[in-house]
Amino acid sequence: MLFYLLMIGFAISAAAPFFYRRFRAFFGWIAVSFPLFLFFSFSSFYPRISAGEVLRETVFWVPSLGINLSFLLDGLSFTFVLIITLVGAAVFLYAGTYMKHYEHAARFFVYIGLFMTSMLGLVLSDNIAAMFVFWELTSISSFLLIGFSHHKEQSRKSAIQALLVTGGGGLALLAGLILLSGISGTMEISELYPQHAMIVSSPLYPAAALLVMIGAFTKSAQFPFHFWLPNAMEAPTPVSAYLHSATMVKAGIYLLARMNHVLGGTALWQDSLLVVGAVTMVCSALLAFNQMDLKKLLAYSTLSVLGTLTMMIGIGSRLAIKAFFIYLIAHSLYKGTLFLVAGTIDHAAGTRDAGVLGGLGRAMPFTMATAILASFSMMGVIPLVGFIGKETLYASILELEEWGRYLIAAAVVANGLLVMITLVAGIRPFFGSMRRLPSVPHEAPFAMLAGPACLAFFGLLAGLFPDFFMGAMLDRLASSVLADTLTFRIKLWHGFNEVLFLSFLTLLCGMLFYAARVKLLPYLEGRHIPPVLKPSSWYDAALAGMLKVARWQTRMLQNGSLRNYITIIVVTAVALGVSALAGSFSAFPEIPALDVTFYEVAIVSIILVSILVLITSSSRLKAVITLGVTGFSIGIIFILYGAPDLALTTFAIETLGVILFVLVLYRLPRFTSYSTTASRVRDAVIAFVFGIFMALMVLFTVSGELDSGLKRYFAGASLPEGKGRNIVNVILVDFRAIDTLGEITVLAVAAIGVFAMLKLALKGGSR
Amino acid sequence: MTLLLALVIGCLYAAGIFLILRRNMVKVIFGLILLAHAANLLIFTVGRLTKGIPAFVPEGSGMLTGRFADPLPQALILTAIVIGFGVQAFTIVLFKRTWLTLGTEDLDMMKTTDEPPKE
Repeated sequence: MLFYLLMIGFAISAAAPFFYRRFRAFFGWIAVSFPLFLFFSFSSFYPRISAGEVLRETVFWVPSLGINLSFLLDGLSFTFVLIITLVGAAVFLYAGTYMKHYEHAARFFVYIGLFMTSMLGLVLSDNIAAMFVFWELTSISSFLLIGFSHHKEQSRKSAIQALLVTGGGGLALLAGLILLSGISGTMEISELYPQHAMIVSSPLYPAAALLVMIGAFTKSAQFPFHFWLPNAMEAPTPVSAYLHSATMVKAGIYLLARMNHVLGGTALWQDSLLVVGAVTMVCSALLAFNQMDLKKLLAYSTLSVLGTLTMMIGIGSRLAIKAFFIYLIAHSLYKGTLFLVAGTIDHAAGTRDAGVLGGLGRAMPFTMATAILASFSMMGVIPLVGFIGKETLYASILELEEWGRYLIAAAVVANGLLVMITLVAGIRPFFGSMRRLPSVPHEAPFAMLAGPACLAFFGLLAGLFPDFFMGAMLDRLASSVLADTLTFRIKLWHGFNEVLFLSFLTLLCGMLFYAARVKLLPYLEGRHIPPVLKPSSWYDAALAGMLKVARWQTRMLQNGSLRNYITIIVVTAVALGVSALAGSFSAFPEIPALDVTFYEVAIVSIILVSILVLITSSSRLKAVITLGVTGFSIGIIFILYGAPDLALTTFAIETLGVILFVLVLYRLPRFTSYSTTASRVRDAVIAFVFGIFMALMVLFTVSGELDSGLKRYFAGASLPEGKGRNIVNVILVDFRAIDTLGEITVLAVAAIGVFAMLKLALKGGSR
Repeated sequence: MTLLLALVIGCLYAAGIFLILRRNMVKVIFGLILLAHAANLLIFTVGRLTKGIPAFVPEGSGMLTGRFADPLPQALILTAIVIGFGVQAFTIVLFKRTWLTLGTEDLDMMKTTDEPPKE
């Protein structure tokens, strides 16, 4: 069932252009049925999942290697599936209208459908190979979507940056997962769970854990890999709302949560996640301080939230997992909304510059209401779900004994900055006086309002009735992440306590930061962080260095000179061959007895002399003649040793060859020698070594007995099965007839090539 | 005879490699042909030499027994000879075309796909 849902997803994505062409006017309403269909299909599992059941399904792929398309639907994947399809529904509907003015909008829906299905596959996969495939598919669809406006250089650059960073991390992840399956002997994630103790005590554990973390950090844009996410804002706004805030960037977080019980419980895992998460949470919120673009502001706040989620897994207590879950849901609901609102503002006012926007509320009342609802959730205002998220977050940090005091300060500052971002990006554009804008603002069409409004409203519902909407799922998710059966109660109101005080403090901080921002912005203009401190400039340097090495290597190895290639091939072949011979033969082969007749010696002498003449000849005609002599002599050897067919063919072909040569070479100028003496000596040495090696190889090969079953088979089967007495001929036209057909085809192709070159004039005329 | 043929094969390979490393394109074609000969003889020799007894089923007999030359390497070589000729014919004509178009047989002068500057 799960497998078929995914396959249907890929099929529908591929069919998007077909529908788009026919139903362009109201395509959003058709597109939305796709995520909604998946949403309701998966929702039908809700009773079973909430009762604690775990659904499994396996479609065999390469069972001999343990690679299967096996799927797992438990609390953790179910939570993500619902987020992906629900936010997907809002985004698809919105994009149906928003993308109308873009070229190739049909392509957009192919990419985003591909993304949604891959993301579902990623969170559903139980097999690490299958999960990696889906993981990379989300990276690729993200690349395609960031670079959607591919005529803009900045888009292309950002797309490649995102692909290289997440793709590089993907390789690290693959290495980590392979190590993990090496340690445990299984490819199924669910089979890794019971082996936790063994995995953690393995000497390979630190490497595996670090590699998996790097994979997750690049995907979820944790410090120092955070820089690609703000640049990814080049993508159309529905993409930013969907991939780069609500879903794809949470894939890394998902992986950490999924692997928490496999790799977690050690100081390495918990501390790394805690530190990296906390650093990302604070730094990225600070980086937002002087941003002016609505989408960039929201992107930095997304980074901060991703850091917070990583930190929650790092803390790893029951309360922290509870906070993780609520924060995850709250963020997907409000951030998806705010991005879509930013897109609507851009659409209506023609700009996303926070410094210019203001007073849109009168023209866009419904958008304003939606934005305020989502903003309140993001700021953590009671009674929205964001409030519960933040309360639980603070409570879980306060539980920590050692680090609690510092972390709570960091969390309050970071969340204060988030409040500031919300005030700038979500609230401010609707109030104050309206300035001159590029276009006259107007209320968004219904299709662009419905999605964000629903998401914001869900945020309110989840805040008012948290236990009803999230209680059962939280229990199941916590069981997956902590591998323990737990039951939680989620409440909106916990009474007047320390945490509530911190919530007020956060709001207060946010307003202070907002006031400070207004005052400080003029001073910050034109000031930048020195490039040495910016990980993005490390990326640029690494990329430039890599290209330099690639260019150097191409110049060295692929310089277009035939001689160079052949030299490398010959030297490599000799080196490998010598080491192989030395490995498998201990003694020099017995030299076969030299029982020869005088005419054999004569033939061999003729061949050797003609080769010598050929090499040294300064006349082209002489060289052609010696070449013919060599060929004919080889034909005579074939006659002597029982191969008359070979001899006849050789004679025929040598004759033709000589004629062809003479015809073509007849009217050519002097036969020039171009090489220098030094290069001739060097080539002679290479050729000499290679010749000795090949001669030795012949001696080594014939030193053993050859028992050819094929020889006996052909001798016996030729007449009864092939109806022929000449066994060589029977092999060619009967036993290996297809091979001969291939040979004829090659000849035909060569003949066409010859004809084309001789008869057909080149385009533009030949000289 | 195997020893002598090993010597011939070695010389053919050496000469072939030496010629294919030249700058003159005609010599490269010669080298190619010598390498084809070398490979054919190599297959022939490592399939073991049997003097004077071709793989024919004699009249009046249902199958061939006793000592006889191995037909399989011969069949392989036969294919190789013909294909070798195809390659040879193609390279010769390619050379001719190159000569007519570029006016040189020096491979080092054929490093770019750009048109040479017009005088």
